[in-house]
Amino acid sequence: MIPQTGDGVPAPVVQIENVTKVYQMGTVQVHALRGISLTVQAGEYLAIMGASGSGKSTLMHLIGLLDRPTSGTYRIQGTETGQLSRSRLAHVRNREIGFVFQQFNLLPRVSALRQVELPLFYAGITGRRSREMAEEALAVVGLADRTRHRPDEMSGGQQQRVAIARALVNRPSLLLADEPTGALDSRTGAEVLDLLDRLRAQGLTIIMVTHDPNVARRAERVVTLSDGRIVADRRNGEPASSEGAEVKA
Amino acid sequence: MRVLQYLPVALQSIAAHKLRAILTMLGIIIGVTAVLTTMGIGQGAAANITQRIESQGTNLLVIYPGAASTGGVRGQMGSSSTLTMGDVTDLQNASLHPAVALIAPEYSANAQLAVGDTNTNNSIVGTTAEYASIRNLTIAAGRFLTADDVKQQSRVAVLGSELAGDLFSSRDPVGQAVRINGEPFEVIGVLKSVGGFGPNNPDTQAFVPIPVAQGRLFNASRYRGEYTVTGISIGAASSDRTNAAKLEIEATLRLRHGLRADQDNDFRIFDQASLLETAADVSQVLTIFLGAIGAVSLVVGGIGIMNIMLVSVTERTREIGLRKAVGAQDSDILFQFLVEALLLCFLGGIVGVGLAYAVAFLFSRIPASTFNVVITPDSLLLALGFSLLSGVIFGIYPALRATQLDPIQALRSE
Repeated sequence: MIPQTGDGVPAPVVQIENVTKVYQMGTVQVHALRGISLTVQAGEYLAIMGASGSGKSTLMHLIGLLDRPTSGTYRIQGTETGQLSRSRLAHVRNREIGFVFQQFNLLPRVSALRQVELPLFYAGITGRRSREMAEEALAVVGLADRTRHRPDEMSGGQQQRVAIARALVNRPSLLLADEPTGALDSRTGAEVLDLLDRLRAQGLTIIMVTHDPNVARRAERVVTLSDGRIVADRRNGEPASSEGAEVKA
Repeated sequence: MRVLQYLPVALQSIAAHKLRAILTMLGIIIGVTAVLTTMGIGQGAAANITQRIESQGTNLLVIYPGAASTGGVRGQMGSSSTLTMGDVTDLQNASLHPAVALIAPEYSANAQLAVGDTNTNNSIVGTTAEYASIRNLTIAAGRFLTADDVKQQSRVAVLGSELAGDLFSSRDPVGQAVRINGEPFEVIGVLKSVGGFGPNNPDTQAFVPIPVAQGRLFNASRYRGEYTVTGISIGAASSDRTNAAKLEIEATLRLRHGLRADQDNDFRIFDQASLLETAADVSQVLTIFLGAIGAVSLVVGGIGIMNIMLVSVTERTREIGLRKAVGAQDSDILFQFLVEALLLCFLGGIVGVGLAYAVAFLFSRIPASTFNVVITPDSLLLALGFSLLSGVIFGIYPALRATQLDPIQALRSE
C-alpha cells in the first residue's frame, strides 16, 4: 500500500480552511464546527481528539465527504470539493478515502473476500482482477487465510482488520478511522493499532478520531477539538510548532 | 449490462433471509397462480364448448317452428306447428337449394323406454337416415336407420351410448328388444359417445324412423294435411355456405307458408357458426373477468413486496450507509433494491407458474371434470409480465427511499 507520494511539491492530502458547520435542530441552530483550519500532508498520522460533542465526528464526516460544510473550503489532494455533485463526491469517496468504523460495519453473512471487493465493485472493477486485489489487501492485514470466513466466524480484531483491508483495497490517499479500537478489547485493539503503525510506516496518510489518549499517543500528531474549535495541535515527542500544522481559529 | 451485476447482490440478500423472501413471494406466487388457473379455466371451458359445438358439425343448420301468435298473444317458441313434412319435401328440391346438401326432418318427444323391468324416460327422435351424417353421429355397434327402415316404417331403434348403458348395462343391445311407450322395437344399433350436454344430448336419445314417431308413437298433429315436425336438420354443402343455405331455406319456407312481406317468419333457423360466435364472446368475457380477479391478487402481492422492501430498507440503513461511504452512487443503491424486488417477483412468478401447472395437472386427473385448465403462452407471458411490472412499480418507491438516506444517519443507526 504505497500512497501517491508526490514529486516536486505535493498538494496536502487534506486542506481545510475556515470551515463551519451549523445544524438546524428544530428551531435551534447547533454550531458543530466554528471555524476550523487544518492541513494534513501526505504520509502524516493524525489523531483527532475531543470529548463527545466537541465536533470531532462532524469534522470526520466532512473530511470523509459524507457531509458538506456550511461555509469554508475543503480540498482533498488539491481538489476543491465545494462544487462537486453527489455523484462526484461518491466517486472521490470511492477512490481517495478508506473508511474504518468503530462497529466495523461489515455486511452480515458475506465472506471476507466479498467484503473487501465491495469498493472495487463500485469502482467498476470486477472478476479476477477484483479478487486478486481483495486477496492482496487481505494479505496486507494478515488475513490471507481467512478469505472465505464470514463476520460471525471471526473475532472482533479480525473483523476490524477485514474492514481495514476493505478501506485499503482501492489504494486511497487517505485512511479515515473513526474510533477503530472502540469496540475491541485492549489486546485486539493493540493488534489493530500495530497494523495502522505498519501502514503508516509504508507511507499511508491516516486520520483517526478517538477519545482515548492512549490510542492517540500512537499517532505522530494530535489535534484536540473542543466546542467546535481546535484548541491544541501538537506532535507527539516533538515541540508543539512544526511545519504542516497551523492553528488559525 | 451493469444492472446484471446487482443480481448476485440481490441473490445474496434473498438467500440471507430465506423465510422472509418466501413469505414475500407468496403474494406474487398466489397472484400468478390465480391469474393462470382462472384464465386457464376460462379458456378450458371455452375450448370445451367450442369443441362440443363443432362436434355437431359446423355445416349444421336447424329449423325450428316459430312461435304461434294467436289473437295477439305470442306463444312459446315452437308452439306453432306450421313446419311440416311438406316443407321437407319442398326443401329437398336440389335445384332451388344448391347450398343445401342433406336434409333430415325430426319429430321428437319424450317417451318411456323399458327393457325387462328397467325403465327410463328419454327423448325419442323420429328421423331419417341422413340425420346421422348431418349431426356427425357415428355408430359403435350395429347400424343407423336406413331409407328402407323409414319407408317401411320398421319398428327399429338406435340408442345413444348412455341410454344403451342404462337399459342394457353390459349386455350387447343390438338385436335385443326395447319397449317404447309399450310398443316393441328392435335395437339395430348403438351410437358412439358424443360427450354432449343438455336435453338434446344424443348420448341419451333413442332414434326411430320418423313415420313411426309421428304415427304410432306420438300421433303427431297435422297442418294442411301434412304431419308436422319438431325440427329440420340441414347439412349445408360446406361450412362457408351456411348463410346461402339459410337464405334459400327462408325464401322457400316463406313462400310455402304464404307470408306477406310485413309478416315475421313463423320458423327459426339456427346455425352453428353464430352459436360458436356467441360461445366465443361469452368465454372471452369469462376469461377476462376471471383474469381480472387474478390480477387483483397480483396487485395485492405487489403491495406485499413493497411492504417488505420498505422494511428491508429500514433494516439495512447501516448497510446502505456503508455502501455509500465506500463509494456507491445513488444509482447503485437504486438498482440494488430494484433488482432485488424484481428478482423476488420473478422467482415468485416462476413458482406461481409451476404451481399453476400443478393445479392444471390435478384438474386433469379429476375423472368427472368435463374440461381442462388450459395454460396458453399468452397467459404465461401476461402473468409473468404483470408480476415483473408489479416488481418495478412496487419496488421503485422503497429503492428511492434507500437512495435518499443520509449516509451519516445511516451509519449511526443501530
